Amino acid sequence: MTLTDTLQTSFKTVVSYRVRSLLIILAMALGVAAVVVLMALGDGARNYVINQFSSIGTNLLVVLPGRAETSGSFLGAVLGQTPRDLTLKDAQLLGRLPQVRRYAPLNVGAAELSAANRLREVSVLGSTANLIPIRHMKLAQGSFLAHGTERSAQIVLGAKIANEFFPRSQSIGQRVRLGDYRFLVSGVLASQGESMGFNTDEIVIIPIDYAQALFNTTSLFRILIEAKSHSEIESAKQAILATMRQSHDGEDDTTVITQDAILATFDRVLQALTLAVAGIAAISLIVAGILVMNVMLVSVNQRTSEIGLLKAIGATSTDIRRLFFAEAVWLSLAGAILGFLLGQFGSLMLRLAYPQLPAWAPAWASIAGILVALVTGVLASLIPASQAARLDAVKALGKK
Amino acid sequence: MIRLTAITRTFHMGDQAVYALNNINLHIASGEYVSIMGPSGSGKSTLLNIIGLLDKPDSGSYELDDRLITDLSETEQAQIRREKIGFVFQSFHLVPRLTAAENIELPLILSGMPSAQRQNLVNDALQAFELKERAHHRPAELSGGQRQRVAIARATIMHPSVILADEPTGNLDHQIGAEVMSLLENLHHTGTTLIVVTHDRELGSRAHRQIGMRDGKILTDQADDAH
Repeated sequence: MTLTDTLQTSFKTVVSYRVRSLLIILAMALGVAAVVVLMALGDGARNYVINQFSSIGTNLLVVLPGRAETSGSFLGAVLGQTPRDLTLKDAQLLGRLPQVRRYAPLNVGAAELSAANRLREVSVLGSTANLIPIRHMKLAQGSFLAHGTERSAQIVLGAKIANEFFPRSQSIGQRVRLGDYRFLVSGVLASQGESMGFNTDEIVIIPIDYAQALFNTTSLFRILIEAKSHSEIESAKQAILATMRQSHDGEDDTTVITQDAILATFDRVLQALTLAVAGIAAISLIVAGILVMNVMLVSVNQRTSEIGLLKAIGATSTDIRRLFFAEAVWLSLAGAILGFLLGQFGSLMLRLAYPQLPAWAPAWASIAGILVALVTGVLASLIPASQAARLDAVKALGKK
Repeated sequence: MIRLTAITRTFHMGDQAVYALNNINLHIASGEYVSIMGPSGSGKSTLLNIIGLLDKPDSGSYELDDRLITDLSETEQAQIRREKIGFVFQSFHLVPRLTAAENIELPLILSGMPSAQRQNLVNDALQAFELKERAHHRPAELSGGQRQRVAIARATIMHPSVILADEPTGNLDHQIGAEVMSLLENLHHTGTTLIVVTHDRELGSRAHRQIGMRDGKILTDQADDAH
């Protein structure tokens, strides 16, 4: 029996058992579709988080006081000493490093903002003009410290705050009071919404000197640093640590977090999660495989007398095994293709429902889903096919 | 030419061995018309199955056209069934989801013949067995006589040297049965060996050589000289 005839004959058989074939194809298709959609969802979520995290800056390093250590080798912890503070002087030292493009010292706190007979509590960032480009913030109007000096009392309002305080008039040039200090509004942030749990629409930004005076501190909360290029991140990190050690009398009491490292961690965690979810989906494919095996076994049983006849008119065991095998291939192939299409459709629906989620299944996941479906279907047909091939012709013919 | 020497075939019913065939020696020349008769359980169907290579004897040897069959591999036996033997069954054994033409085509497909060549042969067979109008009907839409004609067309499409018919008229009424028998006998007239298993005496007596069986043994073997 030629390969073409085997494929054609088994295809006709699959078509003639319409309901049975459709059920198997559906089971297979749902398995493949589940893998594709869940991979799309997982990968979409991963890309979403990574995009969000990338949007807060490029080649970003964050210097914070204290040393993140789990062992007790840091003597200060035992003696109750706090680590040495970060100061503006430290920030300026770091700014001179060759790997650093720009830096922004950062203080964070809360204060009461009042103007035009309104009053509310706001989050306050104290920094320099460099904060805006380092943190990828955008100004809708005006500027921050562009025409003034670090010492001039300028303030940038978040989009929502500007709207709340000056709903009908121009915010720029207005005078506001923050705590005990008066500021001139020099800019308004563009509305960006929430990112990484931090809403830039409800903050105000003031020069670092005023923030330190307002919060009555000389230390910094963080120093944000942008490396000159991606390849210089690691050397920048080492240089920062070395500089800080020198400045802090040989004590290693600062921590440098790179955006890159956090991204990589996120990436790993989410990738593992995606794979785990896809693995669970793949179980449904195995269930579909068992269904294929079951239906094929029933089919061999139903067609026993037909198999006996085929043997009587000269079919070899190999012919019969191949016929059943080819049936499984057709069923799995149809199931895999339908499942792939269903999965793509499901991903499209996800993207339409959640436009910010890039729910695209990676190509390898679709291919893997299809291959797993084919392999399970074909493996599941091995036992029924060999059972059919081994049937005793005389007994098979005698069976009604 | 068929030569069976000391063929034995036993079945096990519980712990008892039952001889379906007990030391059978039989020679059938090419072009003979033989009927095998006997009551149920006499071993006549087993004998037919062994001649048709569907069953294997426990001992003894079988030669078909001077070739020792008993030692051949399963695949080689399948090839002999395909090329030299045509089966006609009491219950027709047509594949229900295939049309008449497709049922007739099956042995050709198994032999690996190209599609275009197959169509010609199938058309000729449909013509010869007056099935042209029923070619695209499924077995369920055919009468008993038509179904058996399809089965005979399928059995002869490869031009086998032996036709084995197991109660070919058992499911047909008298008149249709007689028509089917004359079709089979026409095949014999063209030189094919025809072996018919039946328990119908009248049918059996049409054959030129009549073999009577009982309890796995050949009791009588009469050649009718009149034919």
